[in-house]
Amino acid sequence: MVKEEEDSSNRPDNTAFTQQRLPAWQPILSAGIVIPGFVLIGLAFIGIGVGLFLTSRDIQVLEMDYTGADGSSPCSVCYNLADKNCVCTMSFSIDSLIKGPVFFYYGLTNYFQNQRRYGVSRDDKQLYGDTSNFASPNSECAPYQYISNVPIVPCGSVANSMFNDTFELFKNVNGQSLPVPLDGKGIAWWTDYNVKFQNPNVTPLINAFNGTVRPPFWSKNVYELDTTDASNNGFINQDFLVWMRRAALPDFRKLYRRITDGDYSAGLPAGNYSLKIHYNYPVNGFGGKKKVVFSNVSWMGGKNEFLGIAYLVIGSLCVVMSVVMLIVYAKFKFPEDN
Amino acid sequence: MARDSDDAGAAKASKAKRQRKKKPKENKTRTVHANILYDNAKGEENPNRHYVNNKIKTTKYTLLSFLPKNLFEQFHRFANVYFVFIALLNFVPVVNAFQPELALAPVVFILSVTAIKDLWEDYRRHRSDKEINHMDCLVYSRLEKRYMEKYWKEVRVGDFIRLRCNEILPADVLLLSSSDPDRLCHIETATLDGETNLKQRQVVRSFYDLDCEFDPLKYNSIIECEKPNNDLNRFRGYIIHRSGRRDALSKDNLLLRGCTIRNTEEAVGIVIYAGHETKAMLNNNGPRYKRSKLERQMNVDVFWCVIILLVMCLFTAVGHGLWMFQYGDKRPVFDVLSPDGRDLSPIMSAIYLFLTMIIVFQVLIPISLFVSIEIVKICQVYFIHQDLDLYDEETDSHLQCRALNITEDLGQMQYIFSDKTGTLTENKMVFRRCTVAGVEYSHDANARRIAMYQEMDSEEEECMSHGGTLPRRDSVTSYQSAHVVLRSHSTKSHRRTGSRAEAKRASILSKHTAFSSPMEKDVTPDPQLLDKVNECSSQMDFMRLHRQPMSQLTSDLADIIDFFIALTICNTVVVSSPNQPRHKVRMRFELKSPVKTIEDFIKRFTPSRLTSGSNSSSSSSLNRSSNRGCSSLLSSPSADSTLTKLNEEQFSGSLEHTFSAVPPSYDGKTSSNLEEGELRYEAESPDEAALVYAARAYKCSLVERLPDQVTVELPHLGKLNFELLHTLGFDSTRKRMSVVVRHPLTDQITVYTKGADSVIMDLIKPPDTGSSKGKRKKKIVCRTQNYLNLYAADGLRTLCIARKVLSKEEYACWLQHHLQAETAIQGREELLFESALRLETNLHLLGATGIEDRLQDGVPETIASLRKAGLQIWVLTGDKQETAVNIAYACKLLDPEEEILTLNADSQEACALLLEESLHYIQAKFLCSSGDQTTNAFHSNFAPVETYPFSSSHISPFSVHRLGLVIDGRTLAYALDKSLEDKFLAVARSCRSVLCCRSTPLQKSMVVKLVRNKLKVMTLAIGDGANDVSMIQVADVGVGISGQEGMQAVMASDFALPRFRYLQKLLLVHGHWCYSRLANMILYFFYKNAMFVSLIFWYQFYCGFSGSAMVDQWYLIFFNLMFSAFPQLITGTLDKDVSAETLQRLPQLYMSGQNSEEYKPYMFWMNMIDAFYQSLACFFIPYFAYADSDVDLFTWGTPITTIALLTILVQLGIETKTWTWVNWLSIAFSVALFFTVALCYNASCPTCYSPSNPYWTMQKLLQDPLFYLLCTITPIAALLPRYFYRACQGTLFPNPVRVGRQLDKLPADTRRNILGLSRVTVGSPLRAEPPFLSLNKLSPESWNNKDQRSIAGSKTSQAKQAAASQTEEKGQISPPARMEKHFSDLFPLAPSELDALPYTKNDPPLPGTPQPPSAKDSECFRRTLQLSDQSVNVSTPLVSQTDSIQLNLAPDRASECVRFRRSSETGLRPDGTVQPACRTAQQEEQSLHTAL
Repeated sequence: MVKEEEDSSNRPDNTAFTQQRLPAWQPILSAGIVIPGFVLIGLAFIGIGVGLFLTSRDIQVLEMDYTGADGSSPCSVCYNLADKNCVCTMSFSIDSLIKGPVFFYYGLTNYFQNQRRYGVSRDDKQLYGDTSNFASPNSECAPYQYISNVPIVPCGSVANSMFNDTFELFKNVNGQSLPVPLDGKGIAWWTDYNVKFQNPNVTPLINAFNGTVRPPFWSKNVYELDTTDASNNGFINQDFLVWMRRAALPDFRKLYRRITDGDYSAGLPAGNYSLKIHYNYPVNGFGGKKKVVFSNVSWMGGKNEFLGIAYLVIGSLCVVMSVVMLIVYAKFKFPEDN
Repeated sequence: MARDSDDAGAAKASKAKRQRKKKPKENKTRTVHANILYDNAKGEENPNRHYVNNKIKTTKYTLLSFLPKNLFEQFHRFANVYFVFIALLNFVPVVNAFQPELALAPVVFILSVTAIKDLWEDYRRHRSDKEINHMDCLVYSRLEKRYMEKYWKEVRVGDFIRLRCNEILPADVLLLSSSDPDRLCHIETATLDGETNLKQRQVVRSFYDLDCEFDPLKYNSIIECEKPNNDLNRFRGYIIHRSGRRDALSKDNLLLRGCTIRNTEEAVGIVIYAGHETKAMLNNNGPRYKRSKLERQMNVDVFWCVIILLVMCLFTAVGHGLWMFQYGDKRPVFDVLSPDGRDLSPIMSAIYLFLTMIIVFQVLIPISLFVSIEIVKICQVYFIHQDLDLYDEETDSHLQCRALNITEDLGQMQYIFSDKTGTLTENKMVFRRCTVAGVEYSHDANARRIAMYQEMDSEEEECMSHGGTLPRRDSVTSYQSAHVVLRSHSTKSHRRTGSRAEAKRASILSKHTAFSSPMEKDVTPDPQLLDKVNECSSQMDFMRLHRQPMSQLTSDLADIIDFFIALTICNTVVVSSPNQPRHKVRMRFELKSPVKTIEDFIKRFTPSRLTSGSNSSSSSSLNRSSNRGCSSLLSSPSADSTLTKLNEEQFSGSLEHTFSAVPPSYDGKTSSNLEEGELRYEAESPDEAALVYAARAYKCSLVERLPDQVTVELPHLGKLNFELLHTLGFDSTRKRMSVVVRHPLTDQITVYTKGADSVIMDLIKPPDTGSSKGKRKKKIVCRTQNYLNLYAADGLRTLCIARKVLSKEEYACWLQHHLQAETAIQGREELLFESALRLETNLHLLGATGIEDRLQDGVPETIASLRKAGLQIWVLTGDKQETAVNIAYACKLLDPEEEILTLNADSQEACALLLEESLHYIQAKFLCSSGDQTTNAFHSNFAPVETYPFSSSHISPFSVHRLGLVIDGRTLAYALDKSLEDKFLAVARSCRSVLCCRSTPLQKSMVVKLVRNKLKVMTLAIGDGANDVSMIQVADVGVGISGQEGMQAVMASDFALPRFRYLQKLLLVHGHWCYSRLANMILYFFYKNAMFVSLIFWYQFYCGFSGSAMVDQWYLIFFNLMFSAFPQLITGTLDKDVSAETLQRLPQLYMSGQNSEEYKPYMFWMNMIDAFYQSLACFFIPYFAYADSDVDLFTWGTPITTIALLTILVQLGIETKTWTWVNWLSIAFSVALFFTVALCYNASCPTCYSPSNPYWTMQKLLQDPLFYLLCTITPIAALLPRYFYRACQGTLFPNPVRVGRQLDKLPADTRRNILGLSRVTVGSPLRAEPPFLSLNKLSPESWNNKDQRSIAGSKTSQAKQAAASQTEEKGQISPPARMEKHFSDLFPLAPSELDALPYTKNDPPLPGTPQPPSAKDSECFRRTLQLSDQSVNVSTPLVSQTDSIQLNLAPDRASECVRFRRSSETGLRPDGTVQPACRTAQQEEQSLHTAL
């Protein structure tokens, strides 16, 4: 304030910006723009919608509930989990070839993996193989943090509640049950397997888990998840990885295996199959359902006709609106004409 | 200063006493000792040590205190506390929703942005403080025994400082010595109050007669004065000398910090207040904080948001409780027990969840809204500042926004209250015409010259390149009043060159020195009058040479010369030479002091004075009258005794001798005549300067003004010295000023009085009707009154000039009282006032002047367009009614087409009746609803069925009619009374324009307050002077005109404009833009947050109401702050719904802001509903698209976030009306920022960011075609309804703004054509057309037999019909025009109201009880009618064809009447017959005069 501004005057700059005269586009939502725009968008959407719809229709899905809540199901004996190693077998037949690669999912309903407190109950550092967190797990894991002061590894509710039903698929050919090879590799995210989850850098693996206990619901230790394959054992067990990636919605499916090997690389041929289920996971407590799903996928994922229909509907709406507007304009004249 | 040594003891004693007294008195006064006495004692004993030093520190913070203090201040804002509370809630483990550190981020961000802003501001203050603190000044040092350079900050109270010319005062200083022989010191206070004229300050009386230079070492007085306060115009205290004598101190002795010393070589003073206790600093208030209407509305909706938030949280909590409850004792595997292993009861979980949800949903309360609004407003202010159209080249000033947070209020104004003088008018006074001794001098040549100036103003523009060398007017007055104003001294005369460039240049120059532009200075004299002046002065010269008594001069000529002398000397104009604008012209040969005491008086008026030849004895007397009449004197004990010595003989014998002719030495100065024209006059008010310049045109020029004498140069007579005995300054109650001088030619003591005609005319000595002289006088008075009325009718400011000759004994008698008054301790002001009243009686009228206050450029256009914009314009002025009415016509405030209601009452009851009548009248005119009402039905409306008081419900049917209301100050005072205000408002609000004349500043603010509070409307007050300050402060938006009358209005205002006409663009364009931008932005904010938050809300149905969010916490928290922030800021700053040109051409578009059309309460809910719909679309399309898939939580949630962001941005796109590259850029930036952040975030740390841990999610999604498909369809599906609505809106319900936008799209010339043609398409200015009575059958003649008074009415109605048909021919068949026609039909009814109005002051009827009209009344009425008819004849061509009907309430009171006045189409001029002060006798005189 004190210093006298130089002899320049107070005259404001005459620039387009300061005078708010920037070149501008002033779209007016009026017939001229709106109607052709709507028609174009509508047609494009209808096109996409048709494509999506057709793609989705090509996808074949076989879905079977094996909860056993109603008595008719072969697994109803296992429903209440009276005995520990309950096994039940479901038979089914496929009428036509399900084109490969076929994905084998298990599904749960009414299961709130997305519950907030459930979701935070994990220790990512532990799962990253950080042994310091083996001794003292993240407090978020509570109450699955310690069992009588012995740390739980992997701690937390998510790991504790890991799905532990296992499936074996057989193809009945001439009264014989031939096992269908199930590929358990690569069912988890690559980054999960390679980056996010890591076993502690200790060999043998079991030594890393000294002084820890397994989660209370588990029957095996984490280093015993797949004793046959070291690259699928411990934290990097693919089933474990799949489980740890929490589902978004209470009704979800998770990838269990892929059917890609040998004779089945082209898909599941028509015929009779039986599915042997090691029924371990209780769902009666929350009224959930369990199911298995065999499905092939397209470029846009699994079977979902919604998106195609949505595109069709929105596209048609656009067209309808443009027609409505045309009528409106015809009635009320085109204001830009005068 | 002579001090006896034996006084020392007494002084000590008194000092001791003082110190004892000091303790209890401490909180009332301040005692200042000289510091040098205590220099050795280093502080401890220095009694001044408690006073603050001169170091100023305007910073709020220190380095250490910044953080706590700033945080403390920020937490005063409730929103901040709320957000911190939420952030802290996150630290509670049971309820936390996010990572606690992360949850702090937004709050910390917001707080730190504000803190950084504060810090930067504080740093700037610190730097300027430092600069000021390190300025130099001279302080007396006892050790060095001389003045030493010191920094300002080292100056302490009690220091002696020496000031040189053009130095800035470092502190408030008591003036002890001045190099000026008159012991004066001139200061310029422009930086303090913006007044450009010089102010005189006087040396403290005790030091006045100090012959030698002031020696600080000898000083040992004590000053006792008031505590520091912020009243610039008050300073009280006294100085106690060692002798025990006390001398009073007044504001005339105090030099204020920040002022500049002018005209004075050197001054010495003692510091009284320093640093922050100086008056300048105490007056420095920070920027004002107001809350705009929009923000108030917004806060309501924020409150609704809180309610919605709570409802959502409650819903979720209950849901969670139920969800938990349904599982009963069987805990599902995915349930998580409490950390201690027990399961939580559903109720407890619900309670915890409630708190969690508050955290999760916090985004609903827009944390960044407040910050964004502030940012947008700052940008808006920047753009307003930058607008070239609001830049005034002449003064090199542009609009200032002083209040930063009410820009959008500018777009919502409904009422404008304007000052007149200086706001609508230039406040540049131009002498137009005068009348002397009853003869009018029309000054036609002068009028032509002024017209030429005006022409040039309008014709030539732009060619003037604004040279960088021109000095500028300081635009901002702040506490750092340290501007050194560079002045150009090369003021060559530009007179009569006619070049606008030069004129402009001169006007810029003159800003620094005086008010006058060449237009004001150059007065082309009326040849007739000039001849007379010449004749007169030559006669006088002759008489002087021949020692003939001046009384032989014919009274006409004497009056003329006296008239000009009065013009010249009856003022406070200071003369300075042009080459040194601030240097007083000195032509002094003999030091004479004005009459100070009775002794002095006696001495001067007795022969002994001549013989003694010395006036040194007066040094014992310390009384001195100020030349402004506001001195403070102490009584001299000897005055009474000496007065007794007075006797007549002493006078009579001495007079001839004393008042000898001008000393011959003056003749030697004739060479200076050449320079005479170059003299500059610095006046306190522009009127004074105008008069002095006018007098100069007649060669009667003011040459010099000193406190005790005025030198005037007259033709033939040369320079005459008028000894100035007293100046009785102007005050607003007396409305006049007087000077008492000794006339050098006649040797008489003469009083010249100049003042408002209404007061002066009452003070004229009633002429003695017997003699012919008396008759002549009477005639003069009458004619003058007549001319005055004409002047007023012409919109001129009138002043009456009068003279009075006092005999010596009269003067002595008066003087005695006056001196008593001056020396009185108590009630001095009132006594002085009474004393002035005593003097100003029995005056002899010399003449009157008419000064034009020119309308500012573009005022009528501005008013017209503001009115078209639906703004009600009220003018509140202190001017008198006639002048105000005429200015109102000139600036199109009043329309000749419309009727004027004039309210003049002089009692409460009369006022009540008048209001009642007016209401009836208005109702009768405009509110008769159905068209088929018969006359009888109509009549029944007049029955006094209305009950008191008028309730507000009664007011509501009133709408704006084509009516004008004129009310004077006195009536206004009654109308503003509690009991009448409702009625007054009812009347006033139904009038299209309201004009309050003669209103005081307080009344102005009361009117504004009344309208604001009762009508609940947005008010804007605009004014330029100190008298508008209170009004400006009361209004919602105060606008100051940084014009001629100083900076006080500007200091109080929210916006300061250089010119009135800029109001148009400020309101219509910037106001509209600011409002619509901000309104849209706020709505968008609510929408955005609601839309985003409800996504999470929907998700709660799918996650067991557990408070889980599929949106990653980072996105959730930074969504508002980063991803969606910029585009809305850009749109909020730059969007233009309609172009500036169209907005100005179609002022009607402004109404959208007035009616809050951009942001109505329902719009909030519409937006909320839209937000809910959109979020449903954004939630469920991905939901179904991913149903039955193995998608995981965040792979599903991230697309939703992306979709939401895109939807929100496209929504903004739909709402954006103007797309510039900045908009595109900001939206692109937002999207890019989101993806960049997401990609980086998702790739950064595989194990961090619990619980979401979104490693590689976005990368994975980007490979998924489904993601793109979703991102395409969802925003379109979500926005389809809104888009459809907007598209149809443009066609189906084209509101004016949209039409404006469509006009903008048209090519420029087509648009111009359309704008030129049809204003009707957009909407009529009269929104609510009142249902009016169709009375076509009712012919005017039908009333003739009923009421004789309708003759005038019928005449007018015919004229009116002609007018109406004319307008029809013009093709403007608009409802108003039709209405006009009906008015005229209805008009004859009006007089019948008279029946209810038989009012006399002696017999006030009960309100509402009509009395039958008495014969006397109707008699009176007829007479008035005749009079007014005569007045039509009387009138000059100016007052033509005016029909007026006046309803007189009492025969003797012309003022108590309702005047329903209309005019023919040629334009209305007030009849000029009825002056409030006009007496019937005068009216007779007028008619007499007409007969002549």
